[in-house]
Amino acid sequence: MEQTKTYLSETVNALKPSGIRRFFDLAAGIEGVISLGVGEPDFVTSWSVREAAILSLEQGYTSYTANAGLLELREEISAYMEKGFHVTYSPKKEIIVTVGASQALDIALRAIIDAGDEVIVIEPCFVSYAPLVALAGGKPVTVQTKKENDFKITAEELEQAITNRTKAVILCSPNNPTGTMLNRHDLEEIAAVAKKHDLLILSDEIYAELSYDEKFVSLAAIEGMRERTILISGFSKGFAMTGWRLGFVCAPEEITQAMLKIHQYAIMCAPTMAQYAAVEALKNGQEDVIAMRKDYRRRRNYFVQSLNEIGLDCHIPGGAFYAFPSIQSTGLTSEQFAERLLLEEKVAVVPGDVFGESGQGHIRCSYASSMEQLQEAVKRMKRFVERI
Amino acid sequence: MKLTEIELEIVEVLEKNARIPVEDLAKMVNLSVQETEMLIKKLEESNVIVQYSSIVDWSKIAGQEGVTAMIDVKVTPKRGVGFDEIAERIYRFKEVKALYLMSGAYDLSVVIEGKTMNEVANFVSQKLSTLDSVISTTTHFILKKYKHDGTIFEQNDDDKRIVVAP
Repeated sequence: MEQTKTYLSETVNALKPSGIRRFFDLAAGIEGVISLGVGEPDFVTSWSVREAAILSLEQGYTSYTANAGLLELREEISAYMEKGFHVTYSPKKEIIVTVGASQALDIALRAIIDAGDEVIVIEPCFVSYAPLVALAGGKPVTVQTKKENDFKITAEELEQAITNRTKAVILCSPNNPTGTMLNRHDLEEIAAVAKKHDLLILSDEIYAELSYDEKFVSLAAIEGMRERTILISGFSKGFAMTGWRLGFVCAPEEITQAMLKIHQYAIMCAPTMAQYAAVEALKNGQEDVIAMRKDYRRRRNYFVQSLNEIGLDCHIPGGAFYAFPSIQSTGLTSEQFAERLLLEEKVAVVPGDVFGESGQGHIRCSYASSMEQLQEAVKRMKRFVERI
Repeated sequence: MKLTEIELEIVEVLEKNARIPVEDLAKMVNLSVQETEMLIKKLEESNVIVQYSSIVDWSKIAGQEGVTAMIDVKVTPKRGVGFDEIAERIYRFKEVKALYLMSGAYDLSVVIEGKTMNEVANFVSQKLSTLDSVISTTTHFILKKYKHDGTIFEQNDDDKRIVVAP
């Protein structure tokens, strides 16, 4: 047959489909599945937040907002970041409300990358980092972290990946999928490397509200880092608002204004009713966030201890809502383990290698599920591990 | 009495689910089973945890639906004992499910459960109104329970999330 012409770009053609997609198709067809495969809270958004969105609709707030988002919301974000994370950003010049943290990441990368620039992606990590770098015309350079370091990147590992084309590093703490949280000391080490090589860091802090053992430290709060940090966060995880698609990005004025150019051409503004909901979340939602955090923490303690008891070696994740146990003791690959667990015991987890090479030998389990579901999942996983 | 952080956690978990296995609870608060059992015992003995009970939706059980009434009661307080004496006289009746001293237009709020409206009416007219200190009663019957003690009775809480997501 004659080769037909493709209209697709080479860049898009070269993108690998997400490994999660395949697994989703497999799991979606099976009934009675307990899913630990979901990267989002099991809580429904607080009623007061939902009610605020309904009110905004009733009052007819259905038009565009300013490109950067409602000023009222940016002011709330500025106050929230200052109070909670000790970083100061001007609501008028240094904050953009985005369509989820994902869009924040996209405009950040597009604002800084010239063709061929390298961006370091630390794996295992969220599946969209490398593709977004490639789509922006850059070259993703992956660095693998190790289980024995609790999946924390070391200064040496980071430095080895740096070339004269390196422009930026994408950092995510607390991390999806490992749950690893970087403390002040870890961040200072990374900051020193960034300063030495004059790199920018895109700090994905979407899970900042979900840290359980130590107080979360923002990279931008580390001395000398504010000027070289693009801080990305949002409402999806901490405030249980994934479906609202609302995030934000904070950066020095020059970068923010560059991102705003892309944002205004591509998106215009984030959805208006979601922005009104977010104002309410920041004004009155902190108590719910604290309650959810306490709940996640108890489930983490229960779940991680249970995994270790059934022989799946797991470090204690300091944040997010993921456990990332090793399944090497079973002799299966991540994919074999996940697939057989799904088919034989109807528990859905995500194979670790979906998040990068160094995720091989691990699975990602989200403990953002009710205790009853977790108890049942542990029972089934125990049965499975004992059998193989 | 002041509770430690962990004791508070235990109370919070048990208040929502008193039937959680102690092995699981122990893991949730990062203690051994024995330590957890000891703390629970302490909380029980100091009456912080008063009782374990179930929330039952009686309206679902044929023949057992029953009626609940909330009665506003005005009383004359007594020198020396205030409202306590009359309160005790009232809460000792087994029909009384709850009793609160209120601020505002009346003094005591009495929650009564009975099998029929008649039964409640009889209790009010024969037992409650006839007490010496009671000046007046106003009875409100509950027509439908939507939420009770923090629990919503008819709740659609299906997981609406997709099965696998990044």
